[in-house]
Amino acid sequence: MFGYLRAYILIGVAAAGGGEVAGWDEGLMVTFAFITQSLLAGTGAFGEQELAERIRSGDVVVDLYRPVDVQLWWLASWSGRSAYTFGSRGIPPMLLGAVVFDLRVPPDAATWIVFALSVVLASGIGFAIRFAANLVAFWLLDSRGVDQLVTLVLTFFGGLLVPIVLFPPWLEAVARLLPFAAMAQVPAEVFLGLHPGRGALTALATQLAWFVALLALGRVMLGAATRKVVIQGG
Amino acid sequence: MASTDQPAIVADHLEKTFAVRHRAGRLRRHRIEVRAVDGVSFRVDPGEMVGYLGPNGAGKSTTIKMLTGILTPSGGSLATLGLDPTRHRTELAQRIGVVFGQRTQLWWDLPLADSFELLHHVYRTDRRRHEENLGSFVELLDMSSFMLTPVRQLSLGQRMRGELTAALLHDPALVVLDEPTIGLDIVSKLAVREFLVNLNRERGTTVLLTTHDLDDVEHLCQRMMIIDHGRVIHDGGVAEFKSTYGTHRTVVVDLVDAAPPLDVLGTMVTRVDGPRQRLRFDRSTTTAAQVIAGIVEEAAISDLSIEDLVRQVYDAGG
Amino acid sequence: MGDVRSMLTTYRHLVGAKIRSDWQYRTSFVRYLLSQTVVTALDLAVILVLSEVVPSLGGWNLSQVAVLYGLTTLSFGLGDLFVSQVETVATHIQLGTFDRFLLRPLPTIVQLPASEFALRRVGRSIPAIITLVVALSMAEIDWTVDRLALVPMTVVAGTIIFGAVWVVTASISFWAVGAREVANSFTYGGGFAHQHPLHVYSRWVRTLLGWILPMAFIAYVPAVHLLEAPNPLGIPSWLALTPPLVAIAAVVVARTVWRAGIRNHQSTGT
Repeated sequence: MFGYLRAYILIGVAAAGGGEVAGWDEGLMVTFAFITQSLLAGTGAFGEQELAERIRSGDVVVDLYRPVDVQLWWLASWSGRSAYTFGSRGIPPMLLGAVVFDLRVPPDAATWIVFALSVVLASGIGFAIRFAANLVAFWLLDSRGVDQLVTLVLTFFGGLLVPIVLFPPWLEAVARLLPFAAMAQVPAEVFLGLHPGRGALTALATQLAWFVALLALGRVMLGAATRKVVIQGG
Repeated sequence: MASTDQPAIVADHLEKTFAVRHRAGRLRRHRIEVRAVDGVSFRVDPGEMVGYLGPNGAGKSTTIKMLTGILTPSGGSLATLGLDPTRHRTELAQRIGVVFGQRTQLWWDLPLADSFELLHHVYRTDRRRHEENLGSFVELLDMSSFMLTPVRQLSLGQRMRGELTAALLHDPALVVLDEPTIGLDIVSKLAVREFLVNLNRERGTTVLLTTHDLDDVEHLCQRMMIIDHGRVIHDGGVAEFKSTYGTHRTVVVDLVDAAPPLDVLGTMVTRVDGPRQRLRFDRSTTTAAQVIAGIVEEAAISDLSIEDLVRQVYDAGG
Repeated sequence: MGDVRSMLTTYRHLVGAKIRSDWQYRTSFVRYLLSQTVVTALDLAVILVLSEVVPSLGGWNLSQVAVLYGLTTLSFGLGDLFVSQVETVATHIQLGTFDRFLLRPLPTIVQLPASEFALRRVGRSIPAIITLVVALSMAEIDWTVDRLALVPMTVVAGTIIFGAVWVVTASISFWAVGAREVANSFTYGGGFAHQHPLHVYSRWVRTLLGWILPMAFIAYVPAVHLLEAPNPLGIPSWLALTPPLVAIAAVVVARTVWRAGIRNHQSTGT
């Protein structure tokens, strides 16, 4: 439902701009409305509290003593679920959209491959952010607020409400500097073929950089948390 | 108001069937009709205290839900305090009290006293009558020490006393109690029993209670009904019930291999299902220990259990 | 009448009890209140962002769309505050706790919203009221007495219509417990859709979210008249006076559907 509503609003915007706004025509706008709806599911945009629950209950100590890396362990479980939700909740919005509109689908295999990689990286960034946000539970009793904050900021700056290209230039610049664009706006642009040739590599590289940087942040936080747990004796 | 000599409950060939869907294969679904209550008839008079027994899934809860207006019967007729329960649900709610042992009707995060105050508003009871009732229940159930404790922090026994009070503050003519003593420690169990006997004697409140605990029934009820597979298989006095089934016990034994009926002194084999045999014995002539010793001499066994009174009745009825 | 009054008293006590319960979890209360406020404000941010790139949406300028946003979101917020709790019926049926409501001498449709009342939901109405006041003063409205009266009337009727839609969509749970998401896509979808002029949507969306679920009467229909805004659908101006009638009809329908749902629950027991 939301995909359709946003599609029609964006059509209205394109029409008011004389068929094209910020270089985006109706076809781009409509496809954007549905592809971001699909990306919502796979990137965990609705929040994630499982790890924080384990921290609150103290079960996390068990995870810390397991002979596998805690972050990788959660990444593995995230990947599985993410793949599943992307299939079950990511594909239907596109199909529903295609019933009413002519969606702009990548014409060549190369774009599809880049898009697939981009989605994987987007999901990875989603994981890294949520992992860090969940770890806050080691220090704050009520870490749900952080998780909700991430969701809100992501919704707006990730381009899930309106494409960030429609933002005023200064705001778009801010959005491009944040990791959230790399979770929705960027993969959507890749899908729409707005990063042709070399641009695709730049887009993927940016995403990869965010993924690595946020994973590192999580790792630093995990280290600090582990020291805290060890000192306090669990 | 209903006159006092009007029956509290009249059920006549009461039926309830559910359509249960279950998957068969990828897309096909079977609809199966399940008869949870299959032609139950009984009458409860005002002031009676009746025990309603039966194994899980026998139809106890379904009957209670119909009596209280939660479920509509699929057949037969039913009157609770002279009213059709589903049609006059809210009117009936004003005149009955219900306790579901497993589910609370109290406000989880508020002090017990607040729940009672809220119920005063929900049932729109007279203020003076409310205070009077509350005072006497607090005393009888010894609740004064935890009236200001949030319900979520109460022990099960304390909570159950709160639940009973909550169900009775509006002076119901009939109370229906579903497993009121389940999981209670012995002190609370005795307190609850004493309270119910007192309630029935002093106020003439009609009580229908379901339980798994035969002890409850022995201490509380003059009459018991047993239901199994949706049918009433026993309805009569508790004393009479005990004299029929009281001294007999059944040993269920699983043998390693199927064998002809065992010949053990003082017992009689009542049923053989492959390697499983049931042996009935009279406690006044022999003991369980002797019987088991006798069985072990006769054959190799893999499992053995002794069934209680009620189970035997189910078998007799089923 | 005495009956209604004593029911209101009971309602007030039940709501009071819920607020006292929730207040024990203060941090989570404040957190939800804030996030509800911000979520709602984000929808406004979208409108502001779009107004920067294009001068008008469907021919309506910023202050006109903002009035629409204010009316819709205020009614939605109040409906969310007072009625939306009926959707918890799905959870209660699944947990088996719905029986408790059936065993009390009060209509379930009064008990559920009272017992599940969540003050934190007031967060949605805050940006709505502010926007409505600011937008009305900016919108160059030719204020006459009837136009002045139209605003509070629309908010009250709109709240009731949203409430009725909530009751109808929540009733789906009596037949299909898992259908909560479908139900939400109508209520939340409607709350979002009507922040923008109805005529930007295609015919099937307008029919479904505007007229079958009569949410066009919450804001769009009266706003066309109030603002004398572009009216490509040709809404006659007398229609602006009908929201109270639509609200009454919606309540009657909602009550019927809810009762049918209760009856179905009583016969299936699921």
